[in-house]
Amino acid sequence: MGLDTASLDSAMLKTKIQGLVKSFGLPRLIIALFLLLLFIIAPFAGLNFFTGLSDTFNRFGMNAVLVLAMVPMIHSGCGLNFGLPLGIISGLLGATLSLEFEFTGMASFLMAIVFSTPFAVILGYGYGVLLNKVKGGEMMIATYVGFSSVAFMCMMWLLLPYDNPSMVWGFSGEGLRTTISLEGAYSGILMNFLSLEIGHLKIPFGMFLFFALLAFLVWGFLKTKTGTAMTAVGSNPVFATASGVSVDKMRTLSVVMSTWLGAVGIIVYQQSFGFIQLYMSPFYMALPAVSAILLGGASVNKASITNVVIGTFLFQGILTMTPSVMNGLIQTDVSEVIRIIVSNGMILYALTRKQEATR
Amino acid sequence: MEKTEIPLLEMKGISKDFFGNQVLNDINFTLHRGEILGLVGENGAGKSTLMKILFGMEEILQTGGYGGDVLIDGKKVLFKSPEDALRAGIGMVHQEFSLLPEFTVAENILLNREPEKYSVMSELFGKRLNTVDRAEMQRRALKAISKLGIELDAGKRIQDLPVGYKQFTEIARELSKEDDKRDEGASSLRLLVLDEPTAVLSEKEAETLLSAMHMLSEAGIAIIFISHRLHEITSACDTVMVMRDGLIIKKVPAKSANVSDIASWMVGRSVSTERVERKVEVRSDKDILKVEHLKVIMPGEMVRDVSFSVKEGEIFGIGGLAGQGKIGIPNGIMGLYNAMGNVEFDGKKVTLNAPRMPLDEGMAFVSEDRRGVGLLLDESLEWNVAFAAMQIKEDFLKKIGPMKFRDQRAIEKVTKEYVDLLEIKCTSTRQKAKELSGGNQQKVCLAKAFALSPRLLFVSEPTRGIDIGAKALVLSALRRYNEEHKVTIVMVSSELEELRSICDRIAIIQDGRVADILPATSDSTEFGMLMVSKVNKEAN
Repeated sequence: MGLDTASLDSAMLKTKIQGLVKSFGLPRLIIALFLLLLFIIAPFAGLNFFTGLSDTFNRFGMNAVLVLAMVPMIHSGCGLNFGLPLGIISGLLGATLSLEFEFTGMASFLMAIVFSTPFAVILGYGYGVLLNKVKGGEMMIATYVGFSSVAFMCMMWLLLPYDNPSMVWGFSGEGLRTTISLEGAYSGILMNFLSLEIGHLKIPFGMFLFFALLAFLVWGFLKTKTGTAMTAVGSNPVFATASGVSVDKMRTLSVVMSTWLGAVGIIVYQQSFGFIQLYMSPFYMALPAVSAILLGGASVNKASITNVVIGTFLFQGILTMTPSVMNGLIQTDVSEVIRIIVSNGMILYALTRKQEATR
Repeated sequence: MEKTEIPLLEMKGISKDFFGNQVLNDINFTLHRGEILGLVGENGAGKSTLMKILFGMEEILQTGGYGGDVLIDGKKVLFKSPEDALRAGIGMVHQEFSLLPEFTVAENILLNREPEKYSVMSELFGKRLNTVDRAEMQRRALKAISKLGIELDAGKRIQDLPVGYKQFTEIARELSKEDDKRDEGASSLRLLVLDEPTAVLSEKEAETLLSAMHMLSEAGIAIIFISHRLHEITSACDTVMVMRDGLIIKKVPAKSANVSDIASWMVGRSVSTERVERKVEVRSDKDILKVEHLKVIMPGEMVRDVSFSVKEGEIFGIGGLAGQGKIGIPNGIMGLYNAMGNVEFDGKKVTLNAPRMPLDEGMAFVSEDRRGVGLLLDESLEWNVAFAAMQIKEDFLKKIGPMKFRDQRAIEKVTKEYVDLLEIKCTSTRQKAKELSGGNQQKVCLAKAFALSPRLLFVSEPTRGIDIGAKALVLSALRRYNEEHKVTIVMVSSELEELRSICDRIAIIQDGRVADILPATSDSTEFGMLMVSKVNKEAN
């Protein structure tokens, strides 16, 4: 009897499910189901379901703003922001300056954002002008802008005249350390703000709220006259030109916005992580963010806030859950190996999904 | 043609549906050797689907095949791919070009069928290293071109050619196939399908093509000729077949049919191509647009030295053959192509090479390149209609503090208005522009320009590639807009009859210069003479 009911149910649900699958996208659905499966088998691997969920939420909050930094550039047709390290560097400059001037608590967090803003605007402007000169090849150029800026800053971190003892190398007294603790500054400032704890489940509402605020601003901006023009530039630049919109100006603006969001993104990331990481750390930050938004269903010239939310959750969820579950199952510590395999595997998958822009 | 002989092609009871949507219903017809069959019908009448069946296109098989039989030489055939159709001697020239822009004419004509030369390398490494016989290639290309009765430099690159010559290159490619050494069982070209080959040609070029068709027909090649230009059908074809809603409405000898009959069979109502006289006089003596010594660098449509002036409230036509520069004029004035010279609008000098300036002054432009320039294909109708007005005139915005947000309600309202006014067929105002048919896309382009409420409207090739019903609607919408809003219209078109039907005066452009400006009521032969004459009269 039970079998009959099940088959009847499935027959009835079939059409409904097919419709849902189509609107959600099969690949996304498979990934979501895989994530669900991980959560289900987590207890059997000796892992607490709620701890896993809390970790996922936390990582979501850490990374969501960095993923959001993809959106403006995608809208204006500049493609995926592989030059995210440039925004991150602006954020690092802001963060280190905030510490240099010995701000503490919430003030240090806000000042980090304030200090990083002029850098983001200036660097973003230059980056935008450069991208306007290489239309059609933005993503390749962006990648190398990111890489070379990281290399350049590796020298600058040593040379810039920072002298706060908590940041510079202890023996020489100059040059910034690779890792700088945020203890006493803005470590956990959003993570612990309005955080809800029920047993093992911890939901960082503060981080969610901050992301929601930025996402709301981006969403609102895209509904303005300028935001509409930006989307049109991405959709058909010739149309936009013929309608009297300056394509180059819109693209530059979008790049500045993306760069600034990247700067804020890394500061949010740091407050949760508890440390500022300098030197080579921004090098590979672009790929996970790019993958997350592609996984969320965005394409090279269309992206929405929903894509950001779904993509970040799926990407970070799998990245958090797979290593711990696998570890629990095979009783050996291979978490780092698995983490690398899973993250790069997902990046590879996401990049095959991007539809090459026709322009 | 003897009626008793076995027909070259016979279609028996062909029917086809796409997922329950019946697009062809019991199609029966025969085609004899050397016969030219004119196939006409509005967009969506089923012409293209019928040709796809004949040509064995994959999408037919993928969507469940078709009903009925296709017979060649009295034998039933089932083409599984276009290659099968090619082997049976069926050639097709498509509406969209399939040419490599970087390659020369000769290379395109003989692409993948190049004559080869045997060399030492091929002895060593096999046939793949045969060299291309350039001289023979040139010879064959020229032979095919000469069959069309035109002159075309086979060494020119496709991207440098005007659109009409691209079309000739496509046809020459089909013609050149008879020179090929074919595999066993394959036959040389016997049936040629021309899908709207003249849509992008000027009248002179079209005539050349029609005479080329006659030459082919005398050589025994049957032709199925699809066109929206009915006078070409009646003059060039032996038989006319009219389709509507997936059915064959009429099949008659072309001699016994006239244009207005065919037009009414096509649309199921009578259509007049007669000149529409003005109901209201909106013209004044004031010059609203003055163009002096305009020079525009637009590849294929160079404007060398054009001067004319347009009176307020007038519908001013610009005609001429393809590639003579008529299209360059609005594109230059609107800042889309590099331009020099002096343009005055309502007494004020217009800054050239800055697209924003003429828009701010109150000019608007409906581009001939609908898909490339005219539309945001991936966005909704609402965006397409409202975008330009939003950016230029700050319409459809609501201010909240210093921010200007899109006013969704106003946008939806104005889009609905234009959908009703211009009879745009769509499922909703949220539908994406790319999902509409050509005629409806053109109407959206018009709506976009109307929403700007311009004082002067440039319209370039407003009826290119759209069916006769939509054409009449577009033209009457332009005239109505001119009369109701007193908007001056400058209309550029390759179709003289269309210009003559609604314009007040028509300028003919020849070799980048104004040949003359005549009242639209002048005899069409006078215009024809101007288009081909090499004498440049000074424009008045």
